[in-house]
Amino acid sequence: MAKELLKGNHAFAEAAVRAGVEAFYGYPITPSTEFLEYMSARLPALGRVFVQAESEVAAINMVYGAACTGKRVMTASSSPGLSLMMEGISYIAGTEVPAVVVNVMRGGPGLGNIAPSQGDYYQMIKGGGHGDYFPIVLAPASVQEAIDYIGLAFDLADKYRAIVHIVVDGNMGQMMEPAELPPMREIPEKVPDWAVSGAKGREPNILTSIYIDPVDEEVTNLRLLKRWKEIEKNEVIFKEYAVEDAEYLVIGFGTAGRVASSAVREAREAGIKAGLLRPITLAPFPSQRLEELADQVKRILVVEMNSGMMLDDVIRIVKGKVPVEFYGRMGGVTPLPDEIYAEIRRVSENTGPGAEDPRDEWIPRLEKFISGEK
Amino acid sequence: MDETSIIISGFGGQGTLFAGQVLAYASMDNGLEVTWIPSYGPEMRGGTAHCTVIVSEEAIGSPLVRNPDVVLALNLPSVDKYETLVKEGGVLVANSSLFDREITRQSIKSLLIPVNKIAEEIGLARLGNMIMVGAMLALKPILPLEKVKEALGNHIPERHKKTLPMNFEAMDKGYRFAKDHL
Repeated sequence: MAKELLKGNHAFAEAAVRAGVEAFYGYPITPSTEFLEYMSARLPALGRVFVQAESEVAAINMVYGAACTGKRVMTASSSPGLSLMMEGISYIAGTEVPAVVVNVMRGGPGLGNIAPSQGDYYQMIKGGGHGDYFPIVLAPASVQEAIDYIGLAFDLADKYRAIVHIVVDGNMGQMMEPAELPPMREIPEKVPDWAVSGAKGREPNILTSIYIDPVDEEVTNLRLLKRWKEIEKNEVIFKEYAVEDAEYLVIGFGTAGRVASSAVREAREAGIKAGLLRPITLAPFPSQRLEELADQVKRILVVEMNSGMMLDDVIRIVKGKVPVEFYGRMGGVTPLPDEIYAEIRRVSENTGPGAEDPRDEWIPRLEKFISGEK
Repeated sequence: MDETSIIISGFGGQGTLFAGQVLAYASMDNGLEVTWIPSYGPEMRGGTAHCTVIVSEEAIGSPLVRNPDVVLALNLPSVDKYETLVKEGGVLVANSSLFDREITRQSIKSLLIPVNKIAEEIGLARLGNMIMVGAMLALKPILPLEKVKEALGNHIPERHKKTLPMNFEAMDKGYRFAKDHL
């Protein structure tokens, strides 16, 4: 199939349709609204289900109910919407039914703004909802990756009966790029054995997240944990650029990772041995690869569009082998390649021990940059 | 060809986003990598709309830049904002129909072009964006003019197809004006 010029939100939505999504429930919020708008026309035309719910709380509970029937279901929203959905997401995880939830992240906390952000890292990666559960989290950085990984998201959700989050930011939702959509997948007629699909001729299935006896709940927690260990072993995805002989490793995901790739390319042209690690799965995190790279490089620079959240994971994995530094923009500001290039250059010239908390050295640098920019 | 970054900026309704899409379609149709990203925030409600287009032979990293190679400024606020931001040796095309001042920066290639006046001569006020695209292709030939016209013909929404000859004329006039005035 030939490449088309596709807008992020539309491309993600069409890719979900072609991956076999049978129902979408949502509530509009910038910058993810085009996703829902697209589905509102496309799904009914195919005889599938689209519901604009009265709120995000209703939408996620519709996703929960529909997921129990064993069909491929999803929702898409943006940061404040995800906060409202967290209770339902926890119920979905506790009931062990598959669902895909897209978060087109925007500046926060609170109402914040509609500009691109990665400030929901903790919320999306570390659980967000209550209780012991482990979401799979994918972070594509181009329209093509978003298309490719939305299909994978449904497959992983089914395989592990798990919640799969796809996190992008407003840039990705609004951007147009040439990309190729996959062919339409057939929707399987048979539903999974566990689904509630009418019990005629068989024992009824019961799907619930209630385990009144704590020991039963603990057995469930253990099952989820063991399943997560399998996911950690099997499902790690990352992209690398120029790491073979790198002395300075930049780590960033999504838009920040993509912008960093331009800066790394420029650094290479200037003779600085920089390389880029861009996690696609933020959970499970590419820990093993990062450990290997920490043995190879002299220094690490983490770049994010938040106050240093993935940074904490990197520090935990690197275990002080080499200094870790940080550069972030917050509040809906996207860092530009020249900022990250300047940071790579600075890091390559810095032989100091590095701060215990890299934010302590970053805050004054950012304050200086902001005052010069305004 | 190195990577070329283009910002097209103007009032909402001047067709800046569509002009960027035309360049994006033309780039894609001719085998180049391209990204198009609009301003979508509250800044749009302040009256300005802009988009960033990056065209390259290689995979594109950042879809955003601080110092673009080319700026097409359709109104004065855009000229004021981008005159200092255009990359050294870059190109600034400014719509002189809407303001009366010189471009003072010497280290860039600049062109003042009265696109509103030219558009009125053609007979459709909304053609300013295509005149700008034509002018740009004379100053920064990322693609031949004919290829961009071809892309516009292939991707223009059905309801606007009848304006295609005027759009082509707009591109030609912009291109010619730029050739004559540099």
